[in-house]
Amino acid sequence: MFAKFETLANMRAAMAENGLDPVSVVIERMHSATMADINGRRTILAGTNNYLGLTFHPQCLQAAQQALMTEGSGTTGSRMANGNYAAHMALEQELADFYGVSSAIVFSTGYQANLALLSVLAGAEDAVLLDADCHASIYDGCKLGNAEIVRFRHNDPASLEKRLQRLAERGVKTLIVTEGIYSMLGDRSPLKEIVELKKKYGAYLMIDEAHSMGVLGENGRGLAEEAGVEDDVDFIVGTFSKSLGSIGGFCVSRWPELENVRAAMRPYIFTASPSPSAIATTRATLKLLRDGAELREQLWKNAHQLYQGLEDLGYNLGPVVSPVIPVILQESRQVVIEFWRKLLDRGVYVNLVLPPASPGDYCLLRCSISAAHSSAQIADMVNAFASLSNQGFVQARTG
Amino acid sequence: MASYEESLTQLYGILEPYTNDLDALEANTDLVEGLGLSSLKIMSLLLDIEDSFDVSIPLNKLPDIRTIGDMARQIQALQDNS
Repeated sequence: MFAKFETLANMRAAMAENGLDPVSVVIERMHSATMADINGRRTILAGTNNYLGLTFHPQCLQAAQQALMTEGSGTTGSRMANGNYAAHMALEQELADFYGVSSAIVFSTGYQANLALLSVLAGAEDAVLLDADCHASIYDGCKLGNAEIVRFRHNDPASLEKRLQRLAERGVKTLIVTEGIYSMLGDRSPLKEIVELKKKYGAYLMIDEAHSMGVLGENGRGLAEEAGVEDDVDFIVGTFSKSLGSIGGFCVSRWPELENVRAAMRPYIFTASPSPSAIATTRATLKLLRDGAELREQLWKNAHQLYQGLEDLGYNLGPVVSPVIPVILQESRQVVIEFWRKLLDRGVYVNLVLPPASPGDYCLLRCSISAAHSSAQIADMVNAFASLSNQGFVQARTG
Repeated sequence: MASYEESLTQLYGILEPYTNDLDALEANTDLVEGLGLSSLKIMSLLLDIEDSFDVSIPLNKLPDIRTIGDMARQIQALQDNS
């Protein structure tokens, strides 16, 4: 039974050679949205996806505490079997209002939202056309369903159109799936071009705004808002575990028929509903996000500071400035793991991403920046990278 | 539409950049075990094959494709149905 896991176990053992196993990091104590103790050392958290830095906001903590005291620690069951809490319904209405649409469904995680929706939206006679760099939850949701699954080249409208043409010739109904900001490289979908193609071929469009909600758009609604195409997007999926500083996921739609989908999604039906404190936190942070123009401004200022600092050191970075800033390294896994470990020793915790989790045949030291990072913290992050490149540990490069 | 043999020859050309062992490019060679392609490489290869043959290969078909010959047969079946 366990023999098939030996390859994974060996890979993990190799990663742990000469020091800390990268998948076993323990955060011993949190000090703030951007600072924690790891290995007994005060450490800057530079890979949290906590874009607006709201996890310690007094209004969120107060809302969570109140919900905990009045509604208990958990719901202990699914909404369809055990009932909806009024707060679940209120959050769905607030999300629908925020996006200006008719329908919203809340899920227990963002992963589950994609899993549930993609397992049923496109049926056995339909197709899903997804960007090749879509998140694992999108692939997994497709795998759970019966639709034909075809990929198009990342951010390549010409590649998408070829595949739309082939499906249209067969009269297949198609759901296009793309993301706002891609989680690994920080780049954005060419959404206007994709919307044009969606309209030309009569397809449906779903966009996952997990990393762009709260980050893009005048009101923080994401890439669809920024690109001015919200009326042409059929389904927006998002998460509460990034800008909203909680846990959970959602889908909103301009189609009232979304409500008919609710009772068809097994990952929704057979999962315990979000806890009262998670819902209360999300309702509080959604208000802060909506009124969060200053937070977004600070976030982008911080993103520019980190990107510029790392670029000046000659590191190969993601293609655009974004709150997701990956340092792209062609060195061997062991060298990159050692680099990651030395950053941690210097008090900076970033995400270590190795193939196949990275989008190509390279490793990433993925940084994500927060509005809550101070300028001094960002300078410390850059200095940590600088100290290692100055040692010739990894050859920094230009271009 | 290309014959099975022509499809194989075209596939060998697409596969060349993916392997150092050109002698392994035969119909019965397993893409993963024979050519040592990682899951990431398989996904990249799939897009190259789709562009070269002007056909969409659904991910649902992947469990049926183990060898280069399986891939050639799958491409033919998809072209027949288009």
